[in-house]
Amino acid sequence: MMRRWTVTLLAAFVALVTIAPLLWMVSVSFMAPGEAARFPPPLLPENATLENYRQLFGTYGALRFLANSLLVSTLATTLALLFTVPAGYAFAKLRFRGRDATFRLLVAALVVPAQIGMLPLFLELKAMGLVNSYAGALVPWLAGIFGIFLVRQYCLSIPDEMLEAARIDGAGEGAILRRIVLPVLTPIIVTLALFVFLSSWNDFMWPLIILADQRLYTLPVALAALSREHVQDNELMMAGAVVTTLPVLILFLALQRFYLNGLLAGSVKG
Amino acid sequence: MNAGRHGQARAGWVMTGPALTAILVFFILPAAASLALSFTDFDIYALADTGNLRFVGLQNYERLLENPLFWKATTNSLLFVAIGTPFIVVLSLFAAMLVNSRWLAWRPLWRVALFAPYVTTLVATAVVWRYLLHTRYGLVNYLLSLVGAGPVDWLGSPTASLPAILLFVGWKSFGYNMIIFLAALQTVPRELEEAARIDGAGWFARLRHVTLPAIAPTVLLVSVLTVAAMFQLFTEPYVMTQGGPAQSTVTILYFMYEEGFKWWNLGSGAAVAFLLFLCILAVTLMQLRLAKRGGAI
Repeated sequence: MMRRWTVTLLAAFVALVTIAPLLWMVSVSFMAPGEAARFPPPLLPENATLENYRQLFGTYGALRFLANSLLVSTLATTLALLFTVPAGYAFAKLRFRGRDATFRLLVAALVVPAQIGMLPLFLELKAMGLVNSYAGALVPWLAGIFGIFLVRQYCLSIPDEMLEAARIDGAGEGAILRRIVLPVLTPIIVTLALFVFLSSWNDFMWPLIILADQRLYTLPVALAALSREHVQDNELMMAGAVVTTLPVLILFLALQRFYLNGLLAGSVKG
Repeated sequence: MNAGRHGQARAGWVMTGPALTAILVFFILPAAASLALSFTDFDIYALADTGNLRFVGLQNYERLLENPLFWKATTNSLLFVAIGTPFIVVLSLFAAMLVNSRWLAWRPLWRVALFAPYVTTLVATAVVWRYLLHTRYGLVNYLLSLVGAGPVDWLGSPTASLPAILLFVGWKSFGYNMIIFLAALQTVPRELEEAARIDGAGWFARLRHVTLPAIAPTVLLVSVLTVAAMFQLFTEPYVMTQGGPAQSTVTILYFMYEEGFKWWNLGSGAAVAFLLFLCILAVTLMQLRLAKRGGAI
């Protein structure tokens, strides 16, 4: 009994230390401008105010960046699912020549970090006229090897007899994918959608490179630009950080089961 | 049946075609082109008119080797790898062991709390940590002052800036590794540890002789992933220190970004990218060899 309390208290302490920066971020975002520049640092706002959020959305037009982020992440998720789910299924369940060799090549390509090709990709998109556009920002999400991998892993557990029975009934391959396979895949599709949405929302380096026009900025790019100009305005920056990170944090908390299970399927079994 | 085979083959290519094309055009081709680009003098003039493009052989590499900032960036990245990898692996393992403890109540709650930083937006939490590490008003220095230490000029001194960023990176990423470790720890039979305990083995002895050997392949996996992540630090220095002070936090990727997209030396930037890839590959292969010799895999 004693041991149970010690371990649980220790875990509670570690958890508190871990989420303290996030709690403090929220708390400071409600402080009046300049209030947080004190020693010792105040933990709670004296008079909670929405001034920083008003400034963020009023003066700095954060609503536009929020909408940009929502648009880019939603499109990235939709496109990634359209491209990777059928491919993952085909690599697991359809027999065609060159399948295994192609898949082995894909697995080998996972070793190459995406940043290696960033400069040529920029030139390629410039030639295609996609620099400084959402299309350019979305392109990397079409080429999601990890997603194919994840879906394939999951599809391997679908019994072949189920597919064969449908084939004997005369169903085409496309119909089998839509009517029989997709319903079974729902959990992994939710997981993959969550992965892509969160990663594209949080992504920084590629949108920074490809989006030059400030009106196209996603939240992280806009926040980074703002934070370079307003180094001293802690309260405003914390409000910006809250607006940027709260949507994905809430999404994760709501769907954490899918996220954590998928993480294990992708990293350990793979 | 024959028609079915044929239908499957066609459907196979139809379903994989779009993804494979995208991967080829937007991932494999650019990665390969990086090597080709690194042998050219592609710069702002070539960007305006490709007629100005020349093949320069290994000149970009020669110039990089003579550039002190490139060496500074490489040294910094190697420091991040050398200090950051053990720091993060140990942190994650301890967190996993704590959450895996059989005396722990409300396990799912702690698991989610410890994982939460991983899903937050990197730029946003980097901004938060820049403030937490503020020399005068930061919470970190306040806590240090309570025990009579500090104040440390975390992001303003060339010696403290790298550990400061690692502190943030550790906080941000340990949850991910913790989940992987947790899955491995759950496969270690409790009886094994129990037997060692009855034999009088202390906590550290059990960790060393029972737990670690059982999860060795996972330790290797997590280390390989962490090394790659340490080589790819970019946003952290970009937001928190802008590579400073005195270039103490310029990483290879940060250097590549500036070379390519600030100075528009794309040829030279591609050479940096290729060298970065070689670095990651070399360290990963070295880890695999060490693991093989140690019998982990």
